[in-house]
Amino acid sequence: MERKITLRVDGKERTLTVDTRTTLLDALRERLGVTSAKKGCDHGQCGACTVMVDGLRVNSCLTLAVAREGAEVVTADGLAEGDELHPVQRSFISHDAFQCGYCTPGQIISAVAMMREAEEGWPSVVSEDLDADEFPLSREEIAERMSGNLCRCAAYVNIVEAIEEVARS
Amino acid sequence: MNDQPSRRTVIKAGVGALGAAVLPVGADPARASTAVTAVEAAGRPVRGGIGAALKRVEGPLKVRGAATYAYEWPVENPAYLYPLLSTIATGRITGVGTEAALAEPGVLGVLTHLNAPKLASAEPEVVILQSDRVLHHGQIVGAVIAESIETARYAAGLVTFEYAAEPVDVDLRADRDDLRKPQHAQGFGQLPGDLMNGSPADTAVGDFEAGMASAVHQLDETYTTPIQQHNPMEPHAAVATWTDDEITLYCGSQGVTTPQGLLATAFGVEPARLRLVSPYVGGAFGSKDFSALWGTLALMGARLVPGRPVKLMFTRQQMFTLVGHRPASVQRVRLGADARGRLVAIAHDTVQETAKAKQYAEQTVQGSRTMYAAPHRRTTTRIALLDLPVPTIMRGPGESTGMFALESAMDELALKMGMDPIEFRLRNEPETHPESGQPFSSRHLVRCFEEGARRFGWKHRDKKPRARRKDGWLIGTGVAAATYPSPRLPGSTASASVDKDGRYTVRIAASDIGTGSWTTLAQIAAEALGVPLDRVTLHIGDTRYPRASSGGFSSGINSWGTTIYAAARELRAALDKNGGTIPAEGLEVTTAMPDDPNLAKYEFNSFGAQFAEVRVHEDTGEVRVPRLLGVFDIGRVINPLTARSQLLGGMTWGLSMALFEETVVDHRYGNFVNNDLAGYHVAANADVGSIEVHMLDERDPYINPMGSKGAGEVGIIGTAAAIANAVHNATGVRVRDLPITLDKLFR
Amino acid sequence: MKPFVYERATDVSSAVAAVAGRPDASFLAGGSNLVDLMKMEVVKPELLVDIRHLISHTIEELPGGGLRIGAGVSNNELAADRRVRRRYPMVSQAVLAGASFQLRNLATVGGNFLQRTRCPYFRDVSMPCNKREPGTACSALEGHQRDMAILGASESCVAMHPSDMGVAMAALDAVIRTVGPDGERTIPVNELYRSPADGPERDTVLKHGELITAVDLPDVPVAATSRYRKVRDRASYAFALVSVAAALRVRGGAVREVRIALGGVAHKPWRARTAERHLIGRPATEANFRAAAEAELAAAEPLKGNAFKVPLARNTIVSMLRTLAEEA
Ligand SMILES: Cc1cc2nc3c(=O)[nH]c(=O)nc-3n(C[C@H](O)[C@H](O)[C@H](O)COP(=O)(O)OP(=O)(O)OC[C@H]3O[C@@H](n4cnc5c(N)ncnc54)[C@H](O)[C@@H]3O)c2cc1C
Ligand code: FES
Ligand code: FES
Repeated sequence: MERKITLRVDGKERTLTVDTRTTLLDALRERLGVTSAKKGCDHGQCGACTVMVDGLRVNSCLTLAVAREGAEVVTADGLAEGDELHPVQRSFISHDAFQCGYCTPGQIISAVAMMREAEEGWPSVVSEDLDADEFPLSREEIAERMSGNLCRCAAYVNIVEAIEEVARS
Repeated sequence: MNDQPSRRTVIKAGVGALGAAVLPVGADPARASTAVTAVEAAGRPVRGGIGAALKRVEGPLKVRGAATYAYEWPVENPAYLYPLLSTIATGRITGVGTEAALAEPGVLGVLTHLNAPKLASAEPEVVILQSDRVLHHGQIVGAVIAESIETARYAAGLVTFEYAAEPVDVDLRADRDDLRKPQHAQGFGQLPGDLMNGSPADTAVGDFEAGMASAVHQLDETYTTPIQQHNPMEPHAAVATWTDDEITLYCGSQGVTTPQGLLATAFGVEPARLRLVSPYVGGAFGSKDFSALWGTLALMGARLVPGRPVKLMFTRQQMFTLVGHRPASVQRVRLGADARGRLVAIAHDTVQETAKAKQYAEQTVQGSRTMYAAPHRRTTTRIALLDLPVPTIMRGPGESTGMFALESAMDELALKMGMDPIEFRLRNEPETHPESGQPFSSRHLVRCFEEGARRFGWKHRDKKPRARRKDGWLIGTGVAAATYPSPRLPGSTASASVDKDGRYTVRIAASDIGTGSWTTLAQIAAEALGVPLDRVTLHIGDTRYPRASSGGFSSGINSWGTTIYAAARELRAALDKNGGTIPAEGLEVTTAMPDDPNLAKYEFNSFGAQFAEVRVHEDTGEVRVPRLLGVFDIGRVINPLTARSQLLGGMTWGLSMALFEETVVDHRYGNFVNNDLAGYHVAANADVGSIEVHMLDERDPYINPMGSKGAGEVGIIGTAAAIANAVHNATGVRVRDLPITLDKLFR
Repeated sequence: MKPFVYERATDVSSAVAAVAGRPDASFLAGGSNLVDLMKMEVVKPELLVDIRHLISHTIEELPGGGLRIGAGVSNNELAADRRVRRRYPMVSQAVLAGASFQLRNLATVGGNFLQRTRCPYFRDVSMPCNKREPGTACSALEGHQRDMAILGASESCVAMHPSDMGVAMAALDAVIRTVGPDGERTIPVNELYRSPADGPERDTVLKHGELITAVDLPDVPVAATSRYRKVRDRASYAFALVSVAAALRVRGGAVREVRIALGGVAHKPWRARTAERHLIGRPATEANFRAAAEAELAAAEPLKGNAFKVPLARNTIVSMLRTLAEEA
C-alpha cells in the first residue's frame, strides 16, 4: 500500500512515495539516499538509526514513515553546515570517539539531543536529586544518557570524553 | 587461500603502469570516496610518520555518516534479497512451497536448493543451497528477491518448507565419549596443523604427572566459557551486480582478496572478473573474514536478475547463525608449584565445540604454552562435533578464552599459597619460550606489571576477600596477564608510486575495519618514503589494488605495514638511483611482502598486564567495573591515538565477555535463543567506567622495520580473568563459568 | 510485515469504531513495540489506526490532588514532569530505568502498559508459544527460563510482563481510563492484566478496540518519598530481572504506610499486598522487612532456570525498604 509523504530532511523538503510498511530508516536510506542514519538491528536495540524528528531523538527503525508526514528530520549529516562540522563532530574526531564509525552518526545525534535534554531539565535514572532544576553532565550522566547507542568497537570512554569537552564549553 | 605470490618487485616508469583500467584513481562514484588524505581531514598540511598521534583521516566522513559501508553504495534500480533460514537443526528438506511468494506483486524470484546455481566449492562458510541437507538451525535454505525490502521480507514469510527432522545434538560436555583430536580445516592464512594457528593439538614437555605429584602447592580446576557472538554494529551486507563483463560485489569484509578467491572458485569465474569493494567496514571482529555467505547469496541473487544490483543485509537475528561465533569451551587447568612459588607443572586441557559440517579448532591453550616457565607441562585440545553453525575466529581467538582459565587459575593458586598474584607471576617469568625454547623477539611483561602496579596503586590492596565495602557495595581488585602472538600473514603485495608533482600513492587491497589502517598505513608509507604525510594518498579496500591478506590476528601492521614499507623503500631507492629526481612520467614499484629470516628465529608476542577494580552489590550481586587499567607491550606505537582505541576497545570487550556475553542454546531445538541485541548483551556505555591504557612504546628489534607488534587482540586477553579475580577479592566467590552474572554471586 | 492500511484517526470515537469493527485492526501509538513485533510477524494487523496525535499529551491536576496523565504523553515527558518527579518519584525513576532515551521519546504511556512480553519464544514465530498461537505449547516451560515469571504463572504460559512504568503505577493504585465500543470505563492498573491460566493469548481485560485515553494517579502523599530499584544484567538499556517500586512511612519506629510492587517476576506488575499487610503496624526492622518479603514470595513457583529470582526479589525488597527507612 503506497502513500505519498513529505518530510523535511536535513533542511531540505523531500516528497516521496513509500509503502505503508516502510520505516523512517528505510525511507531515508533506500528511498532518499540519506545513509547517514545506520541500520544496526532494526528493532530499537542498538541506536545506530537515531535521528531527530521534530527536535527529539528517536529510533528511526521503529518509526513508520507514513506516521511522520510533515516531520522535520535531522541526521548527523545535517548537523554539519557545508564543510563546517558541528562541535560534537569535531570533538568526536579529536578524541577518537569511534573506530569503524558505523554507530557514530547515531551517537552524534544522541549527544547533541542529550545536551539539549539536560538543559531542558530532563532527569536520567542516575540523577541523584530528581527534583533538581538542572542536571549537570557528569561522566556518569553522559554514560547513562548515551546508553541507548551501542558501540561494538567500544569507543565509550572516548565518546564520554568527547561529549564532556563540548558540554563544558 | 593466501598462496604466497612469488617474491618480486616490479619497477615501472609511469604512474598507473599496471594499466589505467586496473588502477583508476578516483574512478569510483565521488560520493563514495575510497581515498582520503590527512590534509583533507585536518584542513592543513600534516607532518608525522610513525609515532604521531594523528586523527583518523576518514574521521570527517564518519562523523557525518558519509563513509560508504557496503549497503550504502549508490546503485541504480536495486532489487532486494531476503534470506530464509531453516527452523530445524538437522535433517532434510522434503518440500518447498514457493507459489504464494511468487504470486506476491513485486517478487522477482525465489531461490532454494532446487534452483540455486551449483557451486564448485565445498567450504561450508561459502557454500549454500546445494542440497536438501540441514546441518544447523538458522541455516540458509532460500531467499526471496523483490522490488523492495518490505516485499522481499514479507514474501519470505510466504515460502513454506517441510522438513524431515533428525535428532539434535548440541551438548558440549567434557565427558562425552566421542570427543576427537581436531584437524582444523585450513583457513585464515595460517599454517596447516591440528589447530587454527597451525600448531599441534597436543604438546608436552617433561613429565607433567610426575611434576604435578612433586608439587608442594596444587590446583586443579575447570573453567567454562559460552558461545559468544561478534555482533559488529554493521550487519553483514553485500550489493552484487552481475554483468557479462564484470561482477561487482560491494561487501563489508576484513579483506577483499581472500573472499574474491573463494567466491570466484565457487562460481567458476576468473578471479579478475569478480571485483570486491570494501573501503569501510562497520566492525568485523573476525566475523567478516573467512565466512563469505553473504557474498555468495548476493551473487546468486544477482545472477537471477542479471545487470541489476541486488542488495542484501542480514538481519541482526540472522547474523547469530550465519557469520560464525566463538566456540564454547570447557577447560581444565592444573598447576603445581614448589614451596617458593615456582611452577613445576602446568597442564591445560580444553574441550571445545565445533560443527559437524567443518572442524574449526582454535588454540585456546596457546597462552598456557607461552606464559610461564615450568619444567613439566602439557596441553591438549579435543573437540565435540555438534549440530551447530561453524565457529570462527573472534577477537583474540584462542587466548581470550584460554587466558581466562589460566589467569584465573594463577590467581587461585597464588591465594592458596598466600602469595601476591603479581609476585607469583614474576617468579615464573620464562627466559625463552617455555615450549619451543626460542627467544622472544621482545617480552616486557615484567615492566607491564611493575608499571601497572604503580599506576593502579596495587600495593594498597587488601588481599583478604570480602574485606572492603562502601554503601552496600563490596569492593575488590584483581590482576591478570595478557599475551597474543603477532603473526605475519602471507600473501600481501603493495604498490607505491610518485607522480611528477611529487605526490605519492600507495595501493594495497588491505582493509580498515575500525583499526585505523587508513591512517596508520599512510603513516608507515610516509616514514618509509621520507616525505610528509600529506604528500601520500592511500588506496585500500578494493580488489583492483595489489592483493593482501585479510585483517585479523592483529596482523595488519605486521603484514600490510611491512609490505608497504618495503614498497616505499624500493620506490625511494629507485628515485635515488635516478639522482633523486622524479621522471616526468612518474615512477611506480610493486613489491611483495619481503621474506625475513628473523621470523623463524623468534617468538613474536604482544604482552600486557590487566588490572581491574569491581564493585559487587551485597544484596543483589550486581557487578560494576568502575576501573580498568592496562599496560601493554605492543612494540613501537605507530599512532598512539588509534592504538589506544584498539586497546580500549579490547579491554571493553573483555569486560563485556566477563559480565554479559553468552549465547543461550536450546538443547531441544538446537537454536540460539537470545539472538538479538536485547537478549545477547554487549557492554553499553553505562557499563564502562574509567579505563586507562598505557603503552610501553618499546621498539621490537626483530619483528618488522617499524618495530611494531600487534594491538588489536591483546587488549581483550586477560581482562575477563582480572575481573573474575577482582570479583573473588570483593566477594570471596570464585566464578569459573563465564559470564559472571549476579545469580552466581548474591547470597 | 504483512501489508496494511494506515489511517490517521481524527477523533476518538471513530478511532474506536475503526479498530473495534475489524478483528485485524490495531491502534498505533509510538510504534516502539508494535512495529518491532510486526517486522517479525508476531502480530499481523491489516489496518493501523494512528492515535498518537489524537490522545492527550498533557498531564493535568485532578481535583483531590492526583494527576491525570494523557495516554499520549511520551515516557520521557512523564518522567520529566516536575509534579511527577516531586510527588511520585518512583514513577519517574521507573520510566527512566526503562529502554533508552530515544525509545522513551517514541513510547507513550498507553503503549507502555500494553507492550507485549519479551519472551524469546513469543518473539520467534518458528517456535511453539501459547501466547502467540493458542494451543501450541509453552516453549519456555522447558526452555530458556532466566527471564520468566516466578509468580502467577501457569502451565500454559510463564512469560513475564516487562513494563517498568507499570510497576510504579501498580504500587500507586493508578487507574486507567478507556473509551471502548461500549463507552467509557475505568480499570485499576492492578486489574488490567489477565492471569495466563485464563488463556495467555489475551494479556489484558481490554476489549478489542478499547482505547486507553489516560491514567489517573491518585493522591498518595507517601509516594513523595518513594523509589524504584531495577536489578538487571547490564547497567542500562536492559529489561529487569527483578525490580521493586516502594513507598514507606515510618512513625515511632513502626510502619504506618507501605506500598510495594514488583517487576520482572510475573505476567503483570506484581502488587505485593501480602508483604504490605505483613508490615503495617510492625517495627521497621530488617528482620520484619525480610519476613514480609518472604511471606510475599512464599507463593513463588520458580522454574529451575529462574529460581535465583526468589532470593533476588527478597533481597531487593529488603534493600529497598532499608533505604527508605533510613531516608525517612
Ligand atoms: C530495545 C527495547 C528496550 C526496551 N526496554 C524497556 C524497559 O527496560 N522497560 C520498559 O518498561 N519498556 C521497555 N521497552 C518497551 C517500551 O517501553 C515500549 O515499547 C513502549 O512503552 C510502547 O509504547 P508505544 O507507544 O511505542 O506503543 P506501541 O508500540 O505503539 O503500541 C503497543 C501496543 O499498545 C497498543 N496501544 C498503544 N497505545 C494504546 C492506547 N492508547 N490504547 C489502546 N491500545 C494502545 C497498540 O495497539 C499495541 O498493541 C523497550 C523497548 C525496546 C524496543
Ligand atoms: S537500527 Fe534502530 S535501534 Fe538498531
Ligand atoms: S565505532 Fe564501530 S561500533 Fe561504534
